Amino acid sequence: MSFEIIGTYLVGICLLIGSGFALVGTIGLLKFNDPMTRLHAPTKVGTIGIGALLLASMIHSYTYGDGSMHELLIMAFLFVTAPISANFIAKVNIHKGSCETPPAPPRDDTWSTLNVPEADRTLFPVEEE
Amino acid sequence: MTRFFHWLFPHPLLTVLLALVWILLQNNFSAGMVVYGVILGIVITKGTAVWWPERPGNINLARMFSYSIIVLWDIMIANIQVAWIVISVPNNKLKPAWIVVPLDLVQPEAITVLAGTITLTPGTVSADLSDEGHSLLVHVLHTDDPQADLDEIKQRYERRLKEIFL
Repeated sequence: MSFEIIGTYLVGICLLIGSGFALVGTIGLLKFNDPMTRLHAPTKVGTIGIGALLLASMIHSYTYGDGSMHELLIMAFLFVTAPISANFIAKVNIHKGSCETPPAPPRDDTWSTLNVPEADRTLFPVEEE
Repeated sequence: MTRFFHWLFPHPLLTVLLALVWILLQNNFSAGMVVYGVILGIVITKGTAVWWPERPGNINLARMFSYSIIVLWDIMIANIQVAWIVISVPNNKLKPAWIVVPLDLVQPEAITVLAGTITLTPGTVSADLSDEGHSLLVHVLHTDDPQADLDEIKQRYERRLKEIFL
C-alpha cells in the first residue's frame, strides 16, 4: 500500500518537473526574437522535459503494472536525433543570413554549410558576399 | 578463429546494441528473445557492413559510461540555468555569441559525439563544422565571457572524449 503511495507521489513530482520545463521552453520560444536564440528554448523540452515525463511513465508502470522499459528507448532515440534537427535549423539560419554572420574558422577556408559550388550561390545568396 | 569472428561480427558493439534494443522493444527478457536479438544483430550488421567498411577505433567503454553520467548531470544543471535565463533576462540584455572551437579530435565518431553533447546541453547549440573538419561552430545563448565557455567545452568534454576514442 505505502509503496503505491510513494510511487504516486514520485509520478506527480516528475510530471510537474517535466511540464514545468516544457512551459519554460515554450515561453522561451515565444519570447526570444531572433531565430538563433529561439533555437535554444526547445532544447530544454527535448532533454529534461521529456526525460521527466518518461521517468514518470516508467515509475507508474512499475508501481501499478508489470513494468515497461520502452521509455529508455524513446529517450535514447530522442537524444540521438534531436541534435540533428537543431543542427539543420542552425544551418538554414546561417544560409538565410537571419543571424549574425559566424566568424571565419581559424584553420580552414570556410564553414561546410557555406561551402557551396559557384553555380548554386545565386540560388540562395549568402549575406556576406 | 579471429578471422571468422571478424567475418561474423563486422561491428561487434553494434551487434550487442541491436540485441539490447530488440530486448527493450519486446519488453520481456527471456533466452529466446536474446537469441533472436543476437541473430538480428548479426544479420543487420552483415547486411549493412558494405556501406560502413571501416570499423571505428577502440572505445573505452568504462570511460564512456562515466562520460554519460557527467553529461546527464550537466544537462540537468544547464537546464535550470537556461530556464532561469529564459524567465529573468529581457531580450535586449541577452548576449548571444558564436564560439569557434578548434578541434583536436580527428575521428568522425568522436566529433559527432562532441557536437551532440554540445547541442544536448541547453544554452549551447553546435551549428556547423568547418569544411575540412578542424573547427566546430557553436552558438551560445547568453554569455559574458565566450573564452570561458570555450575552455569549458575543451576541458570538460573534448579532453574526456580524447581518452574514450583511442
